[in-house]
Amino acid sequence: MKDLGFTISKSRTIDLDKADLSVYQKIIDKVPSAKLCLMCGACTATCSARNHTDFNFRKIHLLFRRGQFDGLADELDKCMLCGKCRLVCNRGVNTRAIVYNMRIILENLNYKRIKQ
Amino acid sequence: MNFHPFVIPFTAGAVFLFAVIVYKVYKWTSSLDRKQKFMVKQKIFTTKTIRAIIEVFREALVHRNIYRKNPMLGYMHMSLAFGWFLLIVFGKVKASLYAGTFFEPPWLAIFFNFFAIEKHTFLLSAQLTFLMDFLLLIILSGLALAIIKRMKSSLLGMKKTTQHSLFDRIALSSLWFIFPLRLLAESTTDALHGNGGFLTGFIGQLIPSAAATFIELPLWWAYSLSLFFFFVALPYSRYMHIPMEVVLIFLRNWGATAGEQHSGYTDIQINSCSRCGICIDACQLNFAAQLGNVQSVYFIRDTRYNVLSDEIVNNCLMCGRCTNECPVGLELTLIRQQYRNKEEIPGKFYYEYTRSIENQEDIDVIYYAGCMTHLTPSIIHSMKKIFVSAQVSYWFMDEDKGVCCGRPMRQQGFVQQAKNLVIKNSRMINSSKAKLLVTSCPICYKSFKEEYNLNIPVMHHTEYIDKLITSRRIKLKPTNITAVYHDPCELGRGAGIYEQPRNILKNFSLLVPNFEKENSLCCGGSLSNAILDLRLQLKIRDHALDELTKEKPDVLVTACPLCKKSFVHGNKAAVMDIAEIVAKNILTSKKVNEKVFSDELHGVLINE
Repeated sequence: MKDLGFTISKSRTIDLDKADLSVYQKIIDKVPSAKLCLMCGACTATCSARNHTDFNFRKIHLLFRRGQFDGLADELDKCMLCGKCRLVCNRGVNTRAIVYNMRIILENLNYKRIKQ
Repeated sequence: MNFHPFVIPFTAGAVFLFAVIVYKVYKWTSSLDRKQKFMVKQKIFTTKTIRAIIEVFREALVHRNIYRKNPMLGYMHMSLAFGWFLLIVFGKVKASLYAGTFFEPPWLAIFFNFFAIEKHTFLLSAQLTFLMDFLLLIILSGLALAIIKRMKSSLLGMKKTTQHSLFDRIALSSLWFIFPLRLLAESTTDALHGNGGFLTGFIGQLIPSAAATFIELPLWWAYSLSLFFFFVALPYSRYMHIPMEVVLIFLRNWGATAGEQHSGYTDIQINSCSRCGICIDACQLNFAAQLGNVQSVYFIRDTRYNVLSDEIVNNCLMCGRCTNECPVGLELTLIRQQYRNKEEIPGKFYYEYTRSIENQEDIDVIYYAGCMTHLTPSIIHSMKKIFVSAQVSYWFMDEDKGVCCGRPMRQQGFVQQAKNLVIKNSRMINSSKAKLLVTSCPICYKSFKEEYNLNIPVMHHTEYIDKLITSRRIKLKPTNITAVYHDPCELGRGAGIYEQPRNILKNFSLLVPNFEKENSLCCGGSLSNAILDLRLQLKIRDHALDELTKEKPDVLVTACPLCKKSFVHGNKAAVMDIAEIVAKNILTSKKVNEKVFSDELHGVLINE
């Protein structure tokens, strides 16, 4: 198939009754501006990591909000935390802080602070 | 017989204090890391040791740094520290002369007036009695200032003082009682035996001797007990800085620095914090955003008492203003970074990006714009124009599909990821034939300088443009624009580049803001703080912007894309990067022999 630079997502069912929505609440507690996000995708358009991979912050944020965490931890590892997304966000969402906190929440064990 | 039961609390306290200090110093110095130990071993028998002794005298006793900041505050610290030190030294001398031996019991010096009640006839007794009273008076004057400071700190130049812990309060209260009690105790003894100096003798005359017989012993007991409480609380209170600062000064002079990992040296620094609170006044989160509980002093305190919260570790702009102001010279930003660092997973490699560009062309300069600069394309255009005008051949390394330098990762504590990015970029830089790496972002600049091991020198574009101007590769038009220069944190305090941008801006009439150079403000956009609320961030930005544009400059010049981006949205003044203002006012020079000139220029750059 000819590569047109975009793909169509496969259809899938989201069962919100089974999803754990409390996890996203933790993000909102840490980064209140997360609520302001209207999923415009400007962050993804400017993303440095997006240049190299299929890293898509908008998608990750949406999945996280819906409590679908499969594979997100690995996906988040692609981010370089450079912070461009935070600067382009026209809603003032601290996207970088969201990535940081998502990482901490999803990989709670792997991202332990060094024992002092 | 020079003994009375009231000396027991003092002696017990002193022995306890001595034992704790010896134990802790041993524990921490033995857990220095290998590099620090090596440095100490190398330098212990050099002039550095003498320098350290001088510094101990200057900072730990006379407190010159604090005196410079505020003479009253300096006097307060000096009178207490140096005054008490001399009181101990001369007390010891006096007691030794009196006893006729150097090895008299240690409490004799402390409670001298109680034991030596007969008329003194030993050598220098009159002078020493005068001196002891004089020193006591000095200390009491310092104490009065300390009490005033606690009531109203602004009188001594402090906007805010630290909130204290329980041990601090015990130690502080007993410290306040020690000297007034000593004065009263000596005065009552004088009322009975007439052995005081000018001060204690004077007060002694006011006390009726009938009352004196009753209160003499209770006062000496109280004096001894206040010493006991102070000594016992000291190792767990902020007053631990008194012994630890001495250790710190020696280690620092021997070349120890805080590394990436926590070590005994970090513990020594943490315990050397006197919680004076100068960092609170220096912190923009406090004075611009009214967030007064995350400053370095609280970070260090919470670390010491093992109650550190994630919020305190991470809610910091890492701008380095507190490190710059700290009178003890603690590496506050580095210590905070140590506590942010996360564990590494052995064998894991992040960023398996397939694409890696390499350039084998014959070029002079690698230009690395940095992620942030890609959001301010005018800087990139300006740099391109400057390269062309200066006839420099360059390779724009991250024009398309650049990789981050790794510093934002590192500042959040993801050390392993940062190291992976360093490997990626190093491979690209080291495989090229360029002679110099120029970057437009101070964050990248600091990263390349400190965290990379490159085989070519690195320059921020301010340095490079300055070199181009001094070597006459480019020339600027004379203008009458008024400009104000904002020092970015990472470039100024972080890398010490203050002169080059000012040299470049010589052609403009440069206004001097209140906050500049080491004292410059953060724009609020710092990447290091992943917690700060946008509202507070904007408050910091607006405050900084107000300060910088007080004198209504035509243009606010900065050298960091992040600062530019922050300030532009403040809508207070035209904001330009230094590269832009140079590119705008560049005089197109005559054609020169490119290749020869280029080799000359970059040869010069490298040799320097």
